[in-house]
Amino acid sequence: MADDLTIIGKSLTKPDAYAKVSGQTKFADDLAPPRMVYGRILRSPHPHARILSVDTSRARALPGVLAVITGDDLPVKFGILPVSQDEEALAREKVRYVGDPIAAVAATDEWIADEALELIEVQVKTLPAFMSIPDAIAGGNEPIHGQSNVHKAVALEFGDTEEAIQAAAYSREDLVFFEGNTHLPMEQHAAVAQYGADGKLTLWTSSQTPHYVHRALGKVLELPMSRIRVIATPNGGGFGGKSDIFSHELVAAKLAIVTGRPVKITLTREEVFYAHRGRHPVLMKVRTGFSKEGRITGMQFQSFLDGGGYGSYGVATTYYTGALQATTYAIPRYRFEGVRLFTNKPPCGPKRGHGTPQPRFALEIHLDKAAEALGLDPVEIRRRNLVRPDSRTVNWLRITSCGLDDCINKVVEGSRFLERRRAMPSGRGLGFAVSSYLTGAGTAIYWNDMPHSEVQLKLDRNGGVALLCGAIDIGQGSDHILAAIVAEVLGVELEDIQLTTADTDLTPIDLGSYSSRVTFMAGNAAKAAAESVRQRLLQSAAMALHCDPEDLVARGRRIFRRTRPEDGLSVAQAVQLVEAEQGVVTGTGSYTPPRLAGPYKGSGVGPSPAYSYSAAVVEVDCDPRTGEVRVPEVWIAHDIGRAINPVLVEGQVEGSVYMALGEALMEEQSFRLGLHKFPSLLEYKSPTALEAPVMHTYLVETIDREGPFGAKEAGQGPLLPVIPAVANAVYNALGVRIDEIPITPDKVLKALHDKGKRVGPKSVPAFGFPPLIKSDVPEEWRGK
Amino acid sequence: MSIADKVAVRLRVNGEDMAVMVLPYKTLLEVLREDLGLTGTKHGCELGECSTCGVLVDGKPYLSCLAMPLDLEGRDIVTVEGMARGSDPHPLQVAFAELGAAQCGYCTPAMLLTAMALLDRNPNPSRQAIKDALSGVLCRCTGYVKIFEAVELAASRGAAGG
Repeated sequence: MADDLTIIGKSLTKPDAYAKVSGQTKFADDLAPPRMVYGRILRSPHPHARILSVDTSRARALPGVLAVITGDDLPVKFGILPVSQDEEALAREKVRYVGDPIAAVAATDEWIADEALELIEVQVKTLPAFMSIPDAIAGGNEPIHGQSNVHKAVALEFGDTEEAIQAAAYSREDLVFFEGNTHLPMEQHAAVAQYGADGKLTLWTSSQTPHYVHRALGKVLELPMSRIRVIATPNGGGFGGKSDIFSHELVAAKLAIVTGRPVKITLTREEVFYAHRGRHPVLMKVRTGFSKEGRITGMQFQSFLDGGGYGSYGVATTYYTGALQATTYAIPRYRFEGVRLFTNKPPCGPKRGHGTPQPRFALEIHLDKAAEALGLDPVEIRRRNLVRPDSRTVNWLRITSCGLDDCINKVVEGSRFLERRRAMPSGRGLGFAVSSYLTGAGTAIYWNDMPHSEVQLKLDRNGGVALLCGAIDIGQGSDHILAAIVAEVLGVELEDIQLTTADTDLTPIDLGSYSSRVTFMAGNAAKAAAESVRQRLLQSAAMALHCDPEDLVARGRRIFRRTRPEDGLSVAQAVQLVEAEQGVVTGTGSYTPPRLAGPYKGSGVGPSPAYSYSAAVVEVDCDPRTGEVRVPEVWIAHDIGRAINPVLVEGQVEGSVYMALGEALMEEQSFRLGLHKFPSLLEYKSPTALEAPVMHTYLVETIDREGPFGAKEAGQGPLLPVIPAVANAVYNALGVRIDEIPITPDKVLKALHDKGKRVGPKSVPAFGFPPLIKSDVPEEWRGK
Repeated sequence: MSIADKVAVRLRVNGEDMAVMVLPYKTLLEVLREDLGLTGTKHGCELGECSTCGVLVDGKPYLSCLAMPLDLEGRDIVTVEGMARGSDPHPLQVAFAELGAAQCGYCTPAMLLTAMALLDRNPNPSRQAIKDALSGVLCRCTGYVKIFEAVELAASRGAAGG
């Protein structure tokens, strides 16, 4: 089959490439409908305060101000998850972090809008702020929400872990901390709203999840969804940062309704840092038993998540910190306890890897330490515990294709890890780690039985294909995936496909560009849609050619007999035959993931129709005088299932490595008195071209049986192994353990001078987790 | 604050001489995007930190978010819209498209212009020279690798002066 493919598997130029290199792509802030005015949002300077009054009269009186709104104008609460409807577009009673929106202005220009914000008088009573995990657990007179700062606490067990660890030949416990960091897309969030004389609202927004924005607008504005049209503009980078419902989207819509004018709100870079929804800071404790051969007998994992001021995706994130430990390693018994605390900081949410890079970091340095104690090399201990293809984890996750073994071989051989690691020059080190990630969440954010992705096609008489899908390209190349799959199946060329995406009036549903789901789910929907049309084209062509449809091939804009290629007609002629007989030639396709949840509460987070696998070796060059860590070279292998476009997959892998290095070495969201310490692109350090290492990228193809043409994901998974591989490499280089992200020079120096040669957490706070939900385990793990 | 009177500025943008009425406190970035409709120039911070707003002034990379149009009268300003020759994209644009060097495409205009300035003074730059030249332009998608490769590909095709 592979040899027959003409578009899939080829490094072709993606359909949106020339618009992007010419500056013609219209991002949200590039839009300016006639009569447009500007919206700005007044945000809290206090991390925690009760709002006593908001006086907008002076702002309203300023010439050029068209409207001023407060929380009373948008009183309906919302949240991305149905279980966490705790946000207000503009806060009414309380503010819960510096940056929490309080009021908003529409004015004829941005300067007037800014001036108007200064004229809004807000009286507050400040409250003690909870700025850390221990603060939040200790509590106080006035929690951030409700009766307690505990947002979500979970406790699950699969088999008797205590018994397994007690009986093990060797066991160890490690404490690890992962500081929060943010997505930092180069494009600031922006939205333009327009309210027509027909009572119809249109919102253009830089969003990864236009369908969820559509639902939230309907709820908060109390308008039927049929009167709201959400168009996601191409995202100038997302990384999870544009997958929530944001205040400015709701506020722009409300201001457009109030003023009757199109309203644009573009966040400043500083506002983006506070809007956040990024990586949760997570404190973790991992305890594992091993046989003397190094096989895992049981594992207990605890996570404490610093959630910030609101729920966001946090319930899902909490579960994700415990979900994917067993997708790489065969863990016979497993316990997970997790708690997410509200704190008075910007809300955290999903960032590339959503809740799994933190536990992956903990797990992979924990295994390195165990290997050393057991006299095994870091590769061998992992090989002895590898999960098998077509198996089920003890927490009920279904594993199908798994190329982890191949990934390991590629990077270990490519870097000559085993030969070189014991003889590295001074200050140099090699580190290794592996990981796994979802190919799309198996459940939607709101529970329903409908498809997760849908595609509609319309063929024209010249062989052109209009492709409609709710998916939005955030730079990952989803437009290409859709076009390539449809072009391949119909036997036309990429440029014959005209894409319309992410427009809730026109396009059928795709749940959004999150959880690495688009290639697999929208790809499968596109394939199904194209196959349904193809079948009809082949039937009509077979009649005309007096042969069996089975004997026909569609390729190169022609449909022809496999055995006599000269005997055929053009795709356009076939379309005309079908159209003459049946009318307009359309086709639809949908994808619903199989039901994969296990038999326990909380089993909805973690299942995916397929898992990607990655392995990384990182080389570091450390300066023991300054504590500086540089990364000259990275070897990364990724099980992509099938690379629909190898150059785009490589781009996702390389971008993941880059983002991982930023997280590992420099990026952090940290706060003083509720204020972000460095909410700017200069002070929030991120890697530049000068820090880009030499990257050796290996794509491993396992041809997943449920993926479109066998494809899985590439956007998130390859980030995961790189961060712990850096930490393991620093240990190899300097003999110090930095059990904390980011690995900054001050920590390296501190560890070099520490008696235990370590920097990292020394304890976890006392917290009463709920009683363990003891789940049944799958058949293959019973009695193990 | 009241709206200041607009002033006339003579600008030369992408080879075209134009007289524009602008608010004197508007930056070049704002005038390009809002008054001239040249939205190919982007913004990432408006504080001169990320170079997303980069354009060329007299052939050199220039941060349009920190530049005032009144200071640039008579200077030669080039934006991404000025890179193509008619409908033919610049070799750098072709190489970026072919190698997937533009993922989200948001830093791409500034990255392309900065690379064009590099190739104009150094037609066959080393990898290190490319890194040095592009180090001020932040990209969050690509990890920079495909961008370096695209600049090298364009250079190998003789992009300089193109």
